[in-house]
Amino acid sequence: MADSIRDPPAENTDFQELEDGEDLLSAAARESQPASLPAVDISTKSNGPKQESLFDEDTEDLFAEATEEVSLDSPERDVLLSEGPSPAITPITPPISVISPRIGHAHDDMFTHSSFDEIEEEEGGDSFDIHISVSDPEKVGDGMNAYMAYKVTTKTSVALFKQRDFSVKRRFSDFLGLHSKLASKYLHIGYIVPPAPEKSIVGMTKVKVGKEDQSSNEFVEKRRSALERYLMRTVKHPILLKDPDVLQFLESSELPRAVNTQALSSAGILRMVNKAAEAVNKMTIKMNESDAWFEEKQQHFENLDAQLRKLHASVECLVCHRKELSVNTAQFAKSAAMLGNSEDHTALSRALSQLAEVEEKIDQLHQDQANADFYLFSELLGDYVRLITAVKGVFDQRMKTWQKWQDSQMLLQKKREAEAKLQFTNKPDKLQQTKDEIKEEIEELEGKVQQGERDFEQISKTIRKEVSRFEKDRVKDFKMSIVKYLESLVQTQQQLIKYWEAFLPEAKAIS
Amino acid sequence: DIPDALCERDKVKFTVHTKTTLSSFQKPDFSVPRQHEDFIWLHDTLVETEDYAGLIIPPAPPKPDFESPREKMHKLGEGEATMTKEEYTKMKQELEAEYLAVFKKTVQVHEVFLQRLSSHPVLSKDRNFQIFLEYDQDLSVRRKNAKEMFGGFFKNMVKSADEVLIAGVKEVDDFFEQEKTFLLDYFSKIKEATAKAEKMTRSHKNIADDYIRLSATLNSLSAEESTNYYFIKFCLKLFQNFLCVCLKKVEGRVASDEELKLTELLRYYMRDIQAAKDLLYRRARALADYENSNKALDKARLKGKDVSQAEEHQKRCLQKFDTLSESGKKELTNFKARRVVAFRKNLVEMAELEVKHAKNNMTLLQGCIELLSGN
Repeated sequence: MADSIRDPPAENTDFQELEDGEDLLSAAARESQPASLPAVDISTKSNGPKQESLFDEDTEDLFAEATEEVSLDSPERDVLLSEGPSPAITPITPPISVISPRIGHAHDDMFTHSSFDEIEEEEGGDSFDIHISVSDPEKVGDGMNAYMAYKVTTKTSVALFKQRDFSVKRRFSDFLGLHSKLASKYLHIGYIVPPAPEKSIVGMTKVKVGKEDQSSNEFVEKRRSALERYLMRTVKHPILLKDPDVLQFLESSELPRAVNTQALSSAGILRMVNKAAEAVNKMTIKMNESDAWFEEKQQHFENLDAQLRKLHASVECLVCHRKELSVNTAQFAKSAAMLGNSEDHTALSRALSQLAEVEEKIDQLHQDQANADFYLFSELLGDYVRLITAVKGVFDQRMKTWQKWQDSQMLLQKKREAEAKLQFTNKPDKLQQTKDEIKEEIEELEGKVQQGERDFEQISKTIRKEVSRFEKDRVKDFKMSIVKYLESLVQTQQQLIKYWEAFLPEAKAIS
Repeated sequence: DIPDALCERDKVKFTVHTKTTLSSFQKPDFSVPRQHEDFIWLHDTLVETEDYAGLIIPPAPPKPDFESPREKMHKLGEGEATMTKEEYTKMKQELEAEYLAVFKKTVQVHEVFLQRLSSHPVLSKDRNFQIFLEYDQDLSVRRKNAKEMFGGFFKNMVKSADEVLIAGVKEVDDFFEQEKTFLLDYFSKIKEATAKAEKMTRSHKNIADDYIRLSATLNSLSAEESTNYYFIKFCLKLFQNFLCVCLKKVEGRVASDEELKLTELLRYYMRDIQAAKDLLYRRARALADYENSNKALDKARLKGKDVSQAEEHQKRCLQKFDTLSESGKKELTNFKARRVVAFRKNLVEMAELEVKHAKNNMTLLQGCIELLSGN
């Protein structure tokens, strides 16, 4: 055992740097489970010595889990998680030393059952060993029953899956079905479930009717990339990845039709009613926020939401204008060409037609840039706006849990009072019976109250973890996208330079 | 001599500065204040002068148009409440820059007008022109009152009707025939090209405006993220902000340069061609007159009276026509050469500017990318 412990650290130091130092822990832990884990490529990170303060938070949580075997069943997890954080551990340097107590337990775990945080770290790494792509939208069927089938291809070395590389065909309602199943399972215990792309009746109808034009193609393309992002986000989440529904979605070739995601079905209407009821509830619940962290976070998310929405609107404006620019440039190119034609001075005429060509190329360039603007920037922002709504939903869940807890507490109080009252009445024969009844009820309620309390604490904990994970991901995501976007801008400028420099000698040649 | 001009205020007052060695002027170096209307007056008098019928009168500079920035300024003032302080100041700066650009443009146009007049061998000796340059006090040009405006308008209508009639007149000279068709065709094309170029530059400006808004929003977003965990993010935002500001500036400059070089060029030549067309018109008119006078002469000869009068008339018309044709030919060839040169200059400059801006953009962006990925 000691040997195996020593090995992982040695290996890890070779690896490239990583932002989350915790990855080391998971990597090490997993390495202790020998052959079954092909995910060696994940542990291509070394112990990043410069830890961010985040590391602290997470290591503590990590160690809370360290001594348990956690399975996917919530009740069990409740029990386990509610135990306090184990050995006080000096935060940063000793990931290695901490491994020792863990390995004892961890090595028995099946990969699928090891601690939540472990999986979190390994999936949180840069070299993600699962990659999903959505491609080849095809139209299946005809008329109003037509739908687009997308090919979902998964490439992975995660052991959860039976193969390394496989693909299935799915349609949009399948995605929605997956989301609703995940939401019903996880939302109320505090996990942030990524929201699915929205249904668009207009867009789909156009596609169904068979209009083969630009806008419906764009619509399909938008939807395709949205679905891809959705799936990637879902599998990035460590717990969701292990969910059997997700696995089934990715693997099985036939999926039962998720009928209740249709817009006009009874389930749909039920959903809408529920949503309205929830909104009302939200306004009436006044929660005693005992934890400043939550209040702060909520505020933060509200602000972030507002800002992102504004940003999103501006970026959409930008996309729109750039598209306009490209259209105008194309028109100008045409008229410049005509001008060149009617010009009788040959050199000038040639220069003018060159100008026309340059402008035409530039127009194409602008269009591409507009696309990049859109997909890299605008969609990212849109996604995050929706994600933040999901985050807020999670906070709301917490409030609901609190409410339930308070309710059962109040009920308990009432029953206790009833019991006390009974003590003072004088009906001997009934007394014993009712007393017993009330005692039973009280016990039941006490159990409920405790459960409520535990639920509440657990959801709070989960939310904390989720939020920090979310924030981490957000930063990475944004950074990546922004860098990509800037690179696209650079490319555009480079092309511009090329074109204008090519034009310059022509212009100079006019004599 | 070089009229150099500066200006300010609500009513744009130009200071026309002349340096000259010509003896016809009292002083070698002097300046006078002029207003836009004075330029128009000068142009009109030149046009109306019969003697210059055979010349292409440079087109009058367009009225300085501060409408668009003024409107925007107004809207900005109204929307002040809704925008953040920073956004407001940025947009104000942008507006001021636009104002300045319009101003520069109009100064340039007026200057070019005067320069062309002064470089023209015949027109520069025009008495009115000299008065324009020299007269110390306010020219207090009598603005065209309503009647004259009407008169002018009516004249224009007559002219266009006339043009249609004259179009039927057979052209005796091949050169002119060619020129006419060419000019007509070219005119329509250039008009279209100007319109499209205007649209294009406007889109560019829109994008520059967007960048402003974007940078302002990003700024507030970065203010939002503060704790050291988000330090990275903050840096990121700050750079993005910086980037957007500069990008916006560069894009804005691209747009305005493009406008100056390309659009203005096209616009100017559109007007010039109009003037050339006018010349052709006048010549055609003269030709028609000549032909009419020929017919009159024939009629008179038939009738046997007023023959000498008719002959005189005919001779005069012929003379006029000839002079017109000659000077017209010269003018038109000059015009062509001038046009080619101007196009070349502007196109070259525009291409160079575009390259410069694109290079700037690129270095900015690359710098940003490095900083970001380094973080």
